[in-house]
Amino acid sequence: MNLTLHVWRQKSPADEGRMVRYEVTGVTEHASFLEMLDILNEQLIQKGEEPVAFEHDCREGICGSCGFMINGEAHGPLPHTTVCQLHMRHFKDGDVLHLEPWRSKAFPVVKDLVVDRGAFDRIIQSGGFVSVATGSAPEANLIPVPKALSDRAFDAAACIACGACVAQCPNSAAQLFTSAKVSHLNLLPQGQPERYDRALSMVEAMEKEGFGACSNYAECEAVCPKGISIDFIAKMNRDYLKAKSTAVPKPPLEA
Amino acid sequence: MTLDGKVPSGPLEKKWDEHKGHLKLVNPNNKRKFTILVVGSGLAGASAAASFAELGYNVKCFCFQDSPRRAHSIAAQGGINAAKNYHNDGDSVFRLFYDTIKGGDFRSREANVYRLAQVSVNIIDQCVAQGVPFAREYGGLLDNRSFGGAQVSRTFYARGQTGQQLLLGAYQALEKEVATGKVKMFPRTEMLDLVVDNGVAVGIITRDLVTGKIDRHAGHAVVLTTGGYSNVYYLSTNAKGSNVTAAWRAHRRGALFSNPCFTQIHPTCIPASGDYQSKLTLMSESLRNDGRIWVPKNPNDQRSPDQIPESERDYFLEVKYPSFGNLVPRDVAARNAKAVVDAGRGMGPQKNGVYLDFKDAIQRLGKKTIEERYGNLFEMYEKITGEDPYTVPMRIYPAPHYTMGGLWVDYDLMTNVTGLYALGEANFSDHGANRLGASALMQGLADGYFVIPYTIGNYLSGHLGQALTTETDAFRATEADVQERIQRLLSVNGKRTADSFHRELGRIVWDYCGITRNAGGLKKALELIPALREEFWSNLRLPGGADQLNQELEKANRVGDYFELAELMCLDALERDESCGSHLREEHQDEFGEALRDDAHYSYVASWQWNGVGKAPTLNREPLEFEFVKPTQRSYK
Repeated sequence: MNLTLHVWRQKSPADEGRMVRYEVTGVTEHASFLEMLDILNEQLIQKGEEPVAFEHDCREGICGSCGFMINGEAHGPLPHTTVCQLHMRHFKDGDVLHLEPWRSKAFPVVKDLVVDRGAFDRIIQSGGFVSVATGSAPEANLIPVPKALSDRAFDAAACIACGACVAQCPNSAAQLFTSAKVSHLNLLPQGQPERYDRALSMVEAMEKEGFGACSNYAECEAVCPKGISIDFIAKMNRDYLKAKSTAVPKPPLEA
Repeated sequence: MTLDGKVPSGPLEKKWDEHKGHLKLVNPNNKRKFTILVVGSGLAGASAAASFAELGYNVKCFCFQDSPRRAHSIAAQGGINAAKNYHNDGDSVFRLFYDTIKGGDFRSREANVYRLAQVSVNIIDQCVAQGVPFAREYGGLLDNRSFGGAQVSRTFYARGQTGQQLLLGAYQALEKEVATGKVKMFPRTEMLDLVVDNGVAVGIITRDLVTGKIDRHAGHAVVLTTGGYSNVYYLSTNAKGSNVTAAWRAHRRGALFSNPCFTQIHPTCIPASGDYQSKLTLMSESLRNDGRIWVPKNPNDQRSPDQIPESERDYFLEVKYPSFGNLVPRDVAARNAKAVVDAGRGMGPQKNGVYLDFKDAIQRLGKKTIEERYGNLFEMYEKITGEDPYTVPMRIYPAPHYTMGGLWVDYDLMTNVTGLYALGEANFSDHGANRLGASALMQGLADGYFVIPYTIGNYLSGHLGQALTTETDAFRATEADVQERIQRLLSVNGKRTADSFHRELGRIVWDYCGITRNAGGLKKALELIPALREEFWSNLRLPGGADQLNQELEKANRVGDYFELAELMCLDALERDESCGSHLREEHQDEFGEALRDDAHYSYVASWQWNGVGKAPTLNREPLEFEFVKPTQRSYK
């Protein structure tokens, strides 16, 4: 099949950036979307032009590296799919596709379709962990965890931090990402001691990064490649509000 | 060079405890005076970096991805072994040790493997405490499954995403320490060389992948956790960015590279669909528990698989190995699938796959059960191929997946270069000639959480008060080498892209040093590879400059190292004139095609010393002594 691509080209964060039109020919339906871009890049290099920079690594939908907008949709038209797992059989000959990097002030463009998602790591640093030093863990089966609870925590933990939720949100909010980590840990017994501190500090860290507010568009859930539910946002808000409103005074450090 | 693995004496089950009891310690107040460089942020790297920081050391951790959470450990599907014996089915530390050493075809060190089995139980405790959502039973306790043909249920798992969940646990522990300031994280930063001063590793040279800036980093110790080298084959199940550069640069600076020819080809991957193919996707080994592997008896059978009657199907594994059937070890399954495809009996448009059929399992257990067990894998398969495995048999074919070879290390995980350590897949130590399923995750976390935090103190304690500086001749010279190499790559101005060279190199290594090898083929590869390497350095086309994000430069730099590694792999495979584990020399097999080991001549770790490009490396042999187990011939009849 032959395709017309309009791709965002931007040399560096300081560069202004523009859409550039390319024609790609001879793409087979079994190629993945990223393999189609490989073909384009091979053709560009042969012509002496710079290839399109895009982020990718595992190419099997789990590392969370890849992702860009295809005709305004994060990761393209197929639900529950990252662009590396999106195959060309879902497009047809003659299609015109617009490729843009994730849209969010909190994700500055590095080059072409590559953005800086360092904000996600900083949100995790603020409380997305259980404070347990190596070697101090008790026997694993000491604390039973109901299967349903564990499964629910897993549903949240499946987040790959690709950033599609932010890119699709009209407010550029990071609630789905943040709530997935808050919920994963706050649902489990191991996460209880730090539950409310975690909700408070992660929400605050998220706001500090310049992400927008959540107004329940649910666009994030619709484009999430891992199908993470916005129910977790409600869960996070509940823990956050409880932490804020009931603010249990901490015991004094010294008697 | 005499290689001393420094294995402690004494009874097998006491070695590690005794050794730990006598390792030198660094006073808690002195730990902050040390800086450790950790290269890589996968299971081994993230767990080591977090554990060092918790102890009080300063850590600089480097990864080429935009976040440490994206290291390739994240893609591991199946599970992690631990000798917990939760199923009361007779598992024990000794049994896990024995299975691992036998699975490795008796080409690994007894003491290292025993320690791995010992600390396996602590790993599960640690991960559960971190909030890793392992699969559980209805009573709330941890679930286990039998994996990769093991006779006991010792594999812990988190759906088909065990690697992801374990890595996120380690990543979160790492980020916790980034927040305290004990770890400084350098994402999008690639190590391009090791700085060795008077035989001691003193630092590394890195490139900032966004700005192209070359930097020097000094440390009291350097820990490489940079994974394996399956991408030498171009098509593999590894992430596109996985590479051998850090380990190879260390090798060129004096670190020995051991058993490079021991590469695992995983039997169940989705076959390539065309020339544009950029990587291969693994389908978990667990599928062989319920799927049946077959091809039509008539190679020219054009009917769709469901129209082919039972009597006209060849269930070749079940026929050849009646007791293990479809659950034979990875290397045996891979070899037999290759033989069938090589004989022109492959299925699919490229005639490069064999069927993995779930029809019987669906009839026996119902579609719902199969969906519960493999739902996510079936979905992934359908996404990639456009075919529904509930109604059409999957097509599978072997693909490079894991490399057992790596940098030589002693019992403390230190390479022969003082102060340089290698952990996880980057070292050679635990899997011998073949790795068992669910043991890569175990090794990565064992090394990072429970071995290196103890052993590194023994080395550092002797270096208290040693000031760190990058203003030395060794740093200046190494940085100049890095700059020179980048300029050399950029100034070739030829016609072929790095990918096109990589594909051609991969094809050579796959054909001659892949699932099976023979002397004639290996000799041929040893002529083809240097010729292609020469062409690479005179005909590479590399757009863009050094002072920017330049993904083509990253690729070319890595491919340059793969040429040298590929040559060493073939040389090692040629030198090892026996079959063992994953290394099947066609000259050495019995009448059933089983590997014939030659313990009298090859019971050693082949450790190669670099002598320069195009120059023959020097072989050092570390003899393997089996004090506690008796090497036996594997049989899966």
